[in-house]
Amino acid sequence: MHPALSVIFFTTLSGAGYGLLALLGAGIALGWWPKTFASVAAPALLGMSLAGIGLLASMAHLGQPRRAWRAFSQWRSSWLSREGVCAVLSYLPALTVLYCSWRLDPKDDWPLAARIAAALLLLAAIATVYCTARIYSSLRTIPAWNNAWVAPVYLVLAGFSGGLWLWLLASWQHRHDALYWNLIGLPPWLLMGVVLSAMLAAALKLMYWRRLDQAAPLATSASATGLGRFGSVSSFEKPHTEQNYINREMGFVVARKHAQKLRAVAMLAGLALPLAAIGASVLWTGLSLTFALLALLGGSAGIFVERWLFFAEARHVVNLYYGSTQV
Amino acid sequence: MTHASLKLHEPVGDDVKTTTCYMCACRCGIKVHLKDGKVRYIQGNPEHPVNRGVICAKGSAGIMQHYSPARLSKPLLRVGERGKGEFREIEWDEALALAAQWLGDIRRRNPDELAFFTGRDQSQALTGWWAQQFGTINYAAHGGFCSVNMAAAGMYTLGGSFWEFGEPDWEHTRYLMMFGVAEDHDSNPIKLGLGKLKQRGAKLLAINPVRTGYAAIADEWLGIRPGTDGLFVGALIQQLLLHDWVDFDYLVRYTNAHYLVVRNPGQADDGLIARDGEQHPLCWTRAGKAERADAVDIAPLVVGEYTLADGRKAVPAFQLFAERFLAADYAADTAASQCGIDAATIRRIAAEIADVAFKQEIRLPIAWTDVWGRQHAEMIGRPISLHAMRGISAHSNGFHTCRMLHTLQMLLGAIDTPGSFRYQPPYPKGVPPANRPGKSRKADGTLDAGPLGYVHSPEDLLVDAQGNPRRIDKAFSWQHPLAVHGMLQSVIANAVAGDPMRIDTLFLFMANMGWNSAMNTTGTRRMLVEKDADGEYKIPRIIYVDAYASETVEFADLVLPDTTYLERYDCISLLDRPISDADSASDAIRHPIAAPDRDVRAFQDVLLDLGTRLKLPGCLREDGSPRYPGGFAQYMVEHERAPGVGLLAGWRGRDGQREGTGEPNPQQLERYKEHGAFWHAPVPLAGRYYKMANRDYLEWARSLGFVGSVHAQVIELYSERLQRFRLAAQGHGAVQPPAQERERVARYFDPLPFWYAPFEWAQIDLDRYPIAAITQRPMFMYHAWGSQNAWLRQITARNFLYIHPQTAQSLQLRDDDWVWVESPQGRIRVPVRCHNGTEPGTVWSWNAIGKKRGSWKLSADAPESQQGFLLNHVISELLPPRADGYRYANADPVTGQAAWFDLRVRIEKAEDTLQFQPHRIEVARP
Amino acid sequence: MTLLPTTTTKKLGLVIDLDTCVGCHACAVACKEWNEGGQFGPLPDEDAYGAEPLGVWFNRIHSFEVQPPGVPADSRGNGPLQQLLKTGFAEQAPAMTVHFPRSCLHCEKPDCVTVCPTGASYKRAEDGIVLVDEDKCIGCKLCSWACPYGAREYSEQRGVMQKCTLCVDRIYNESFAESDRQPACVMACPTRARHFGDLGDADSAVSRLVAEREGYALMPELGYAPVNRYLPPRPRRNGCGETARANSEESLDPAQLPPLLRWMDKLLSR
Ligand SMILES: Nc1nc2c(c(=O)[nH]1)N[C@H]1C(S)=C(S)[C@@H](COP(=O)(O)OP(=O)(O)OC[C@H]3O[C@@H](n4cnc5c(=O)[nH]c(N)nc54)[C@H](O)[C@@H]3O)O[C@H]1N2
Ligand SMILES: Nc1nc2c(c(=O)[nH]1)N[C@H]1C(S)=C(S)[C@@H](COP(=O)(O)OP(=O)(O)OC[C@H]3O[C@@H](n4cnc5c(=O)[nH]c(N)nc54)[C@H](O)[C@@H]3O)O[C@H]1N2
Ligand code: SF4
Ligand code: SF4
Ligand code: SF4
Ligand code: SF4
Ligand code: SF4
Ligand SMILES: [Mo]
Repeated sequence: MHPALSVIFFTTLSGAGYGLLALLGAGIALGWWPKTFASVAAPALLGMSLAGIGLLASMAHLGQPRRAWRAFSQWRSSWLSREGVCAVLSYLPALTVLYCSWRLDPKDDWPLAARIAAALLLLAAIATVYCTARIYSSLRTIPAWNNAWVAPVYLVLAGFSGGLWLWLLASWQHRHDALYWNLIGLPPWLLMGVVLSAMLAAALKLMYWRRLDQAAPLATSASATGLGRFGSVSSFEKPHTEQNYINREMGFVVARKHAQKLRAVAMLAGLALPLAAIGASVLWTGLSLTFALLALLGGSAGIFVERWLFFAEARHVVNLYYGSTQV
Repeated sequence: MTHASLKLHEPVGDDVKTTTCYMCACRCGIKVHLKDGKVRYIQGNPEHPVNRGVICAKGSAGIMQHYSPARLSKPLLRVGERGKGEFREIEWDEALALAAQWLGDIRRRNPDELAFFTGRDQSQALTGWWAQQFGTINYAAHGGFCSVNMAAAGMYTLGGSFWEFGEPDWEHTRYLMMFGVAEDHDSNPIKLGLGKLKQRGAKLLAINPVRTGYAAIADEWLGIRPGTDGLFVGALIQQLLLHDWVDFDYLVRYTNAHYLVVRNPGQADDGLIARDGEQHPLCWTRAGKAERADAVDIAPLVVGEYTLADGRKAVPAFQLFAERFLAADYAADTAASQCGIDAATIRRIAAEIADVAFKQEIRLPIAWTDVWGRQHAEMIGRPISLHAMRGISAHSNGFHTCRMLHTLQMLLGAIDTPGSFRYQPPYPKGVPPANRPGKSRKADGTLDAGPLGYVHSPEDLLVDAQGNPRRIDKAFSWQHPLAVHGMLQSVIANAVAGDPMRIDTLFLFMANMGWNSAMNTTGTRRMLVEKDADGEYKIPRIIYVDAYASETVEFADLVLPDTTYLERYDCISLLDRPISDADSASDAIRHPIAAPDRDVRAFQDVLLDLGTRLKLPGCLREDGSPRYPGGFAQYMVEHERAPGVGLLAGWRGRDGQREGTGEPNPQQLERYKEHGAFWHAPVPLAGRYYKMANRDYLEWARSLGFVGSVHAQVIELYSERLQRFRLAAQGHGAVQPPAQERERVARYFDPLPFWYAPFEWAQIDLDRYPIAAITQRPMFMYHAWGSQNAWLRQITARNFLYIHPQTAQSLQLRDDDWVWVESPQGRIRVPVRCHNGTEPGTVWSWNAIGKKRGSWKLSADAPESQQGFLLNHVISELLPPRADGYRYANADPVTGQAAWFDLRVRIEKAEDTLQFQPHRIEVARP
Repeated sequence: MTLLPTTTTKKLGLVIDLDTCVGCHACAVACKEWNEGGQFGPLPDEDAYGAEPLGVWFNRIHSFEVQPPGVPADSRGNGPLQQLLKTGFAEQAPAMTVHFPRSCLHCEKPDCVTVCPTGASYKRAEDGIVLVDEDKCIGCKLCSWACPYGAREYSEQRGVMQKCTLCVDRIYNESFAESDRQPACVMACPTRARHFGDLGDADSAVSRLVAEREGYALMPELGYAPVNRYLPPRPRRNGCGETARANSEESLDPAQLPPLLRWMDKLLSR
């Protein structure tokens, strides 16, 4: 599949944004979140912005962005529509949480309303990312997407990348702090969460690739043409000697050699490097902000590559009509 | 669920007109829908006899041709050097005055200095007549480089031909053998027919080095080596003879198989048909005597040697035929070793066709009367049919191979019987038709007959006292005596070489001679700009008529821009290339449907205007005033070839009540427009088959003016006419070839068909050039024109050289590698692709996809010029030199048909490592 | 709405006969022309006269090769070409070339409809035709990803998805003569390899044709349940009945009685 930048930005940025919002929601719902307005407002606003920028990026992918509102109508059948609905709906609890934190006296406990809103925010964010993943994983035409690994990867990576953003945010806010954990930026439970999500993501992604490399073909040129009964089927002439929309959109293939390299880049920059940065910041707390920034940059780059590969490695069955013998 | 804007009952447009398509020579009926004055949609006309409602890709895309940006818009006068494409736009008056001045000078001096050649012309009835009026013998259309082998072999054998003058009996045939056909002129009728054939479960056998298109849907495909069909067919004939699978009754009834041929070696009558005192042919009958061979109710013999009353020895033609084909040359094993079809298959095919012809005979309960007055209760059919086209004709042995195909049909009794090949009216029109080419000028400067025609004997040739060619293309000379369509492919090279003469003006109409219709394209382009020592162009003037910015435009001194087919009157006449089918005679018109939005004029009108300016006799009235001020539309209606015979056969007579012949009818075009722009006259049921000897048919044909008399037209197994040329070459008769031509004429004017290796092979090192290289027409492109079409070029904007995977492997080639294709002529660098359906010793590509950079208003980086290629650059227009250094045209020695498909090449991987390797042409300077 | 109708009254579709299709592209161009100027058009072309011509087509013609089984891979040609041309190539049943038109199959269970977020894509309950309402389409392209058959084409210029309409604006059109109420591609096809009708009606001409010729659906394993059917190439026949084969074996021995002698007393009549 053609790795369109707009779609890569959409899934990675909104993934990070909703990941961030989900962490915020979880923290407040559990009552573990700091009760200063700044510590809520910053991630909330950043999360909403990232999600918003992601959604805007996805609009760039549309041929008729001015009609984008229509995309909310088909939530009964379409994951894209559901994604849109969830994405927008999640702003309600996000704003509620924001409002609550503004009204909150830091000495008080999180009020029930705020915790319920936060829980809803968590659910909405997860739902949104899940819907995003389902847009792809529901496509029976693309075996690389149509499998059980895709949604977990999207979800875990969303949480992970949200965590990286949060870390950067927190370590900036606490850069002058003296407390050890504060200096690192994140409380241990969150830091552990990021670490675990990175490891989980790595495991899921490796399983995903294993499947990709080993899965039996979904269909063959024999079944695509129905001519298999006569012998082995191969393409002689394509309908047009030059490219067409289908070839450009669905015909993109990344060479296996490159794919292997890029997979390594995704794993190293996206997951290993942030992990190392977390480890390092535990040792050199004073440099946390730098490490957090490094983790975010590396992590984002890695996830970008992961997402690029998600498209570029995916082969669409329509290629059976354009020269592939199996997909 | 609704869709607010969905309208289910919108009309197509606001107006619809019927006319005739021009996107190829098939000439289907179309309905053109107009909306707001623009062409909205073109559909096939279901009423039309040619296409019955279907329409091909080119036809549908005609709309884009009409609105093509490559259309010319104004007359152009060359200002820079020729070939640079530098022009000044001029007004029509200036253009026509200039042309009239140039041509007028020529006509006063020597009309033959005008070479008027037309390419994909569909108005040869007009252009040929105009040339005759002008008085030049140097006129022809594209047939010489196209398929004149098919036309000539057919006309000289059975008075009709494959090509578009005959068709398989689509309704009844049970077995169709298709030789070398990728698309053909009868595009839609063939496809309609194949559809029917398939529905009935009849067998389609494709004999073709390539399996695409028609061959792809064939039940069986025989991947023959190019140029060897004569061996294959000869071997089939031998099998039929060996097994007695021969329709002898058919042979003696409709062919000259039983005619006695004089055996008198070395004498002037050797090989001629024995005749009685009144010149009637003789045969030997069981009664033990010579009788008139054309008599009925006799029992002729087809073998044996007999002594005529005057003591000469004679044998039936059939015996000579049988002796030839029973010889070892045509043994299945011999043929198999060269044609790539194994001997067992040859034997099986022979058995299959015999089985269909003789065991699956069909009888139609249609009573008919033969020319001898005998009534038949039914029509007996041999449901085996043959069709062949350029795969046979575009070889230097094509005439004889095609004649051999016709003799195969004769043995099977499969010419114009139910289920077999059928004539399309007005054919058969005589074996060959009567009209001979014009030779001399009358007092008024006009030629005594049309410049093209059928040479009947050496006396009809256009040669001078020494026997040298008179025509610029050497057609109708001893080099190519039966070049009935002329030899457009030779004009430029001959004119530049001054052999046999120099000309003043080359007047070309819709022939892309500067590119895809030239052999040796690079050389041709060089010749077109070649100058004499005194700085004058060797072809001093070139006037070119095109509608589009083709590759040839840049070589013109004067360009006359034509309209498109939707903007002019045109005539699809029975006097030209008819559109009839076997069951009916038809003709048609085109008429303006859209007004030109630019300063262009219909060439037909321009030609008549020029004729008037030149004061050509046919263009003036007695009082000297213009005869056709109304242009071609007026000519179509009023012009009479002979009293009552005009271009259109429908609605003739003052009142429009007559068909075929009759006085001009001023309302004729209106009638055509009311009737779908065509006229259609069904052959009476009793005349549908055996047209060569069917009184019901011939009477009908005579009533329409197609034939002069109701006489049997005898199909020629043995061609006495060819023998007369051979005798001349052996030193007999009044007109004899010059010494250096004798051997060649004697060899190739064999009265019986035979196979010989294509000339090119005999003269080059086949070990160095082991691979045959051919082209095919893509069904959705018409020669060069398709590439300017925004839709069609999306289908194919570049071509590949297709090669069998095993051949590719032996040359270490893979898909998309670039290779050098080399012939003695030069080499081109092209991309290859593998194709299993290609004979392993052959490579091929789609024809005319490659374009000259910048032509046809395509961008300079268009794939057509960057990757697309023509094989033409490596095809030579001349054969390697004869012993005395003379070089013949690379053509059939009988008909002058260009031998495009004799090409042999070597293929080598282009070792450059460049990722992007555009097409390259490297042709050696002579 | 992009929920699929539970049933459709009719199942209109095409039946394409691969036994007769010669790959002429007539249907593809007729389709392009019909829709170009109609209410589902234009079908824009980009760089129409340039280096990368590309445009929207609802129907495209592929060609495939089918190599019959039983050819060991190692029997393929090797060694120098001259040698090969002389000694011949490995025995190999000739490959088939099959021309293969491809347009929307108007599937019964098409994800192209259900994935659409806007309701622009829909399947008609009355006849099963799958359409795009271009006024609603946002050009998200998702439906083209969901179509296994490559039937949906996006127009960059218009920003909307376009596809075969089964000529819904022809087949019911009361401003047309009855005989013209057929898809443009079907009317154009010169070999008459394309057939249109109701595949839901077992008695319709198309259904009978499918039954008779064992018409099949493409990629049934995807579960889209295409309505269109393809008729397979008939088995390629070498022989033409046993008699012919027998005849070729039975041979008159010309050495015994040479043909010329055999024909000496042939009784012929004219
Ligand atoms: N290698 C190879 N070469 C071949 C062949 C082959 O098989 N292989 N085939 C040969 C054969 S059989 C033929 S017939 C020739 C065909 O060759 P040509 O007869 O030269 O055919 P076109 O290339 O179509 O060129 C005809 C010209 O007519 C112009 N034209 C189109 N419409 C109109 C119109 O309405 N009015 C006017 N005035 N001009 C118009 C076009 O722009 C074009 O320049 O090619 C020959 N060349
Ligand atoms: N679409 C379209 N239609 C056209 C034209 C066009 O340009 N486009 N051109 C028109 C013109 S001018 C012409 S002349 C006709 C020509 O129509 P065709 O006769 O169909 O001409 P080609 O495409 O040259 O096809 C020649 C076929 O012969 C095969 N062949 C080559 N050599 C041999 C051989 O030695 N033996 C055998 N058995 N087969 C051989 C080739 O593989 C090819 O399939 O088409 C006309 N119709
Ligand atoms: S075959 Fe096609 S291009 Fe030729 S006349 Fe017919 S519709 Fe026109
Ligand atoms: S072929 Fe493709 S576009 Fe057509 S209905 Fe089926 S899935 Fe949808
Ligand atoms: S591109 Fe248009 S029709 Fe396709 S899914 Fe998106 S909105 Fe629906
Ligand atoms: S049914 Fe109509 S829209 Fe569909 S492919 Fe045929 S012509 Fe095109
Ligand atoms: S028009 Fe008919 S024969 Fe031609 S490609 Fe289409 S289906 Fe095949
Ligand atoms: Mo031709």
